[in-house]
Amino acid sequence: MAQIERETNGQSGIGTTPILSVNNIEVIYDQVVLVLKGVSLAVPRGGIVSILGANGAGKTTTLKAISNLLKSEKGLVTKGIIEFDGRRVDNTTPNDLVSNGCVQVMEGRHCFAHLSIHENLLTGAFTRRNGKAAIQRDLDAVYEYFPRLRERRKSLAGYVSGGEQQMCAIGRAMMSRPKMILLDEPSMGLAPKIVEEIFGIVKTLNEAQGVSFLIAEQNTNMALRYATYGYILETGRIVLDGSADDLRQNEDVKEFYLGIADSNRTSFRDVKSYRRRKRWLA
Amino acid sequence: MGFFIEVLIGGLLSGVLYSLVALGFVVIFKASGVLNFAQGSMVLLAGLAFVRAQAFLGETFPFWISVAGGLAFAVAIMVIVAWLVEKFVLTRLINQSSLSLFMATIGLAFVIDELSQIAFGSEVYAVKIGIPREPIIVLTGLFDGGVLLNSVDLWAAIIAACLVLILVVFFQKTGTGLALRAVADDHAAAQSVGIPIPWTWLIIWSVAGLIALAAAVLWGTKVGIQYSIVFLAMKALPVLILGGFTSIPGAIVGGLLIGAGEKLAEVFIGSMIGGGIEYWFAYVVALIFLMIWPQGLFGERLIERI
Ligand SMILES: Nc1ncnc2c1ncn2[C@@H]1O[C@H](COP(=O)(O)OP(=O)(O)OP(=O)(O)O)[C@@H](O)[C@H]1O
Ligand SMILES: [Mg+2]
Repeated sequence: MAQIERETNGQSGIGTTPILSVNNIEVIYDQVVLVLKGVSLAVPRGGIVSILGANGAGKTTTLKAISNLLKSEKGLVTKGIIEFDGRRVDNTTPNDLVSNGCVQVMEGRHCFAHLSIHENLLTGAFTRRNGKAAIQRDLDAVYEYFPRLRERRKSLAGYVSGGEQQMCAIGRAMMSRPKMILLDEPSMGLAPKIVEEIFGIVKTLNEAQGVSFLIAEQNTNMALRYATYGYILETGRIVLDGSADDLRQNEDVKEFYLGIADSNRTSFRDVKSYRRRKRWLA
Repeated sequence: MGFFIEVLIGGLLSGVLYSLVALGFVVIFKASGVLNFAQGSMVLLAGLAFVRAQAFLGETFPFWISVAGGLAFAVAIMVIVAWLVEKFVLTRLINQSSLSLFMATIGLAFVIDELSQIAFGSEVYAVKIGIPREPIIVLTGLFDGGVLLNSVDLWAAIIAACLVLILVVFFQKTGTGLALRAVADDHAAAQSVGIPIPWTWLIIWSVAGLIALAAAVLWGTKVGIQYSIVFLAMKALPVLILGGFTSIPGAIVGGLLIGAGEKLAEVFIGSMIGGGIEYWFAYVVALIFLMIWPQGLFGERLIERI
């Protein structure tokens, strides 16, 4: 029941069919570790949606299940359906998915350390078959969005700053001409100012290029400022979802994820919210 | 002095072959972290496929066609082997440790050794590809009597140099080469941008097969193709330790150093201790290197930052 409710909720925002819908998926690592216990979510076309949760909640696993990168980590989607752009993709390859417009930017950036920034960006165009000229145009476009990358284009990616690596990873993903980017913890290990800059670029790419984003974040505050919708994941289950504004107003989210302790809170309400939290976890 | 130069150049030229075999190891190791124990067996297979096909074609066709046909046949065989290895060995062992992959290549070496001898015979086959055999005398103006060069060695060096040049261009200048370098750097990230890992294996094993073919033909021109050619691969190990397992320039320089070193040692030190140095010189050098410089001369500097 809760399932169906969540689905309809998930499609809030823009009215058309979602570009990505994940339906009740279960993921098992090493054939024994059950990590996702029925996760459902949807990303509207052109939307920015965020998955929030603490360490080990299953955010990365969810993104990798979508991008089909789980298999190389001995993870398997054992239940559920994943649809991207109107097509089932829960048993395809990352290559196929990237060709069809869904690309992941991995947690920890994963730039090719011994390739230059320029070469890193070029690898992003691997799946494209539409000629050098088009790729060159997009390269220029990426350099427009990330002027810092143009400055460092000859440097080995292993030697540039963390912020520049994150830009490189996003720019590289853009080079595949994606309809959707799965962005895993872009804020990880970066100074607040840089995080702001990166989210700003995400917003720009979303508005200017119409790229949809699914962003996994621990930085709840930042994510909810830029996303339109959010899902909160705890130990492999979605415990709450709603529009970014609703989530920001939610007392539990404030307390557990935004770290805003309401000084006027009575102990009664604390207990109530504790119970509510218990209920999600059940 | 003229004699020293002669030994040095002779050693460098024969070192070229060590470089080639080492190169076969390096391309596979770089891309997949697997030390391919079967590289020597691939040299044997490539060599046998070439000589036998050439001999067969030579019965009816003119010489150059038989050479070209033999090469084409051997290339096809090596690509098929790469495909089979990818399909039936590597794909099955995906995500296994590099130790189990190394063990798999040991098994593979035996399979290739046996099958290639069953299919193509196990005698000694001479390789004739039209390389002139007369020795060449150069630098007569500089040294009394000049410097005597083995022309087979000289040709081998020229051909190997061309091959290396082609490889460098392939890895540095083509899109496929870029993808292969990306895979060598970060498997997971390469997958995330859509580079299919099995495809890269197919390419990389084919490249290693072509390098094996070149080594087989050049080595075979000197001593013929026979089973013992697999031990040529053993000479590549000290080269790799010297040059680093992941470096193409390292493989080349390492091969030249070992080649020149063992010839010079044989001629100038060997006479003092009764000869035979050539057989173990490379391993002793490698051992010393392991102790003082374990990354090798050109071992990749790991970029570590958090
Ligand atoms: N390859 C793996 N094999 C086994 N278990 C794994 C594997 N990867 C992740 N897990 C487990 O799955 C759970 C979810 O991990 P996941 O990486 O998806 O969390 P996350 O929400 O992304 O956390 P973080 O914020 O730390 O990145 C964790 O308990 C983790 O230990
Ligand atoms: Mg994570």
